[in-house]
Amino acid sequence: MVRNLKVVSGLLLAVLTLFASATAFAADAGGTGGGSREMGLAIGAGLAIGLAALGGGLGQGRSASAALEGIARNPQASGKIFTPMIIALALTESLVLLAWLIANSLSGKIG
Amino acid sequence: MGPHSTWFDYLPGFENLKRFMAGPLTRRWTWQVFQTTHFEITHVIIGTIVVALLILGTFSYSRSVRKLSTEQALLPSPRLNVRAIFEGLADAVMGMLDGVMGEKNARKYLPFLGSFFIFILFSNLISLVPGFRAPTDTLKTNIALSVLVFFATHILGFKEHGIRYLEQFTGHLPLKSPLVILVPLMFVIEVISHLIRPAILAIRLMANMFADHAVVGVFFALIPFLVPVPLMLLGVFVSVVQALVFTLMSATYISLAVAHEEH
Repeated sequence: MVRNLKVVSGLLLAVLTLFASATAFAADAGGTGGGSREMGLAIGAGLAIGLAALGGGLGQGRSASAALEGIARNPQASGKIFTPMIIALALTESLVLLAWLIANSLSGKIG
Repeated sequence: MGPHSTWFDYLPGFENLKRFMAGPLTRRWTWQVFQTTHFEITHVIIGTIVVALLILGTFSYSRSVRKLSTEQALLPSPRLNVRAIFEGLADAVMGMLDGVMGEKNARKYLPFLGSFFIFILFSNLISLVPGFRAPTDTLKTNIALSVLVFFATHILGFKEHGIRYLEQFTGHLPLKSPLVILVPLMFVIEVISHLIRPAILAIRLMANMFADHAVVGVFFALIPFLVPVPLMLLGVFVSVVQALVFTLMSATYISLAVAHEEH
């Protein structure tokens, strides 16, 4: 049951990407002079911030869970665990914000 | 008011002043990512206001301490006045630097790094006052600060170690082993990582301040009544944390530069 589900979802994903690339070609044929450039910029900006949010969320989740586990083992050390956790969250968040800056400047070039 | 206008736009001669100073001082470049930049003097004015407030604060602190006797001056202040705030800030920075650098180095570099912390903290916090912008939300102020840190780390490293400071760039590979052939590669990698440090310090601070301001602005445009209040509390939190992260990173770089290897 699980293997069939994986096969079916994999096939569905492949078919959907085929459709997506088909619409890309259609837009290029019928678009205005700057049509495909703007589309490329928009897709780039969306992908940039999307992937950055994904990676940042995973990283921050791991660091927060490690900190919470440490506090659960030893509640008296919560002050000494809290400060490095905040610093780690700020540092991974800075990478997400770098990608947001790129996405912002890319979407600023549209139009 | 737009997202970047402040009270200073309502001054009578401000537009003329901007146009007058933009003549000789502006620059026009279109790099890959940055569009043409526009000239602004607002952040310089707000930065000057922050520095003036801090100088006034220190004068008020010294005047209030001078009135006390010696025993009273050594004890922390019982009420929350200017003296308590500044002493608390200095204590916090000293504790943070002590954790990174050890006590002797922390005392030596406390004025330098503490100035960074207090300036960045107050610059970030002044953005929460309506009508003001943080001077640290432009790359211009932040690159000035991080270039100072860059020069400080290398000059302090050369002062401490002499010409042997360059050994740090080779990655401390032992001289007799055949790994010595990797030294040029290590040198290039270390130089690149050293050059990216001021850039990433400046960009991290600017991105955090800019994003926080933009988020609060978006919520003000949607629901101006009570919803932005938790976001402004988040703004206070982000301001403090970013000042802390900047100072901590600078302290780490300086401590790496002046560290003596003990075998």
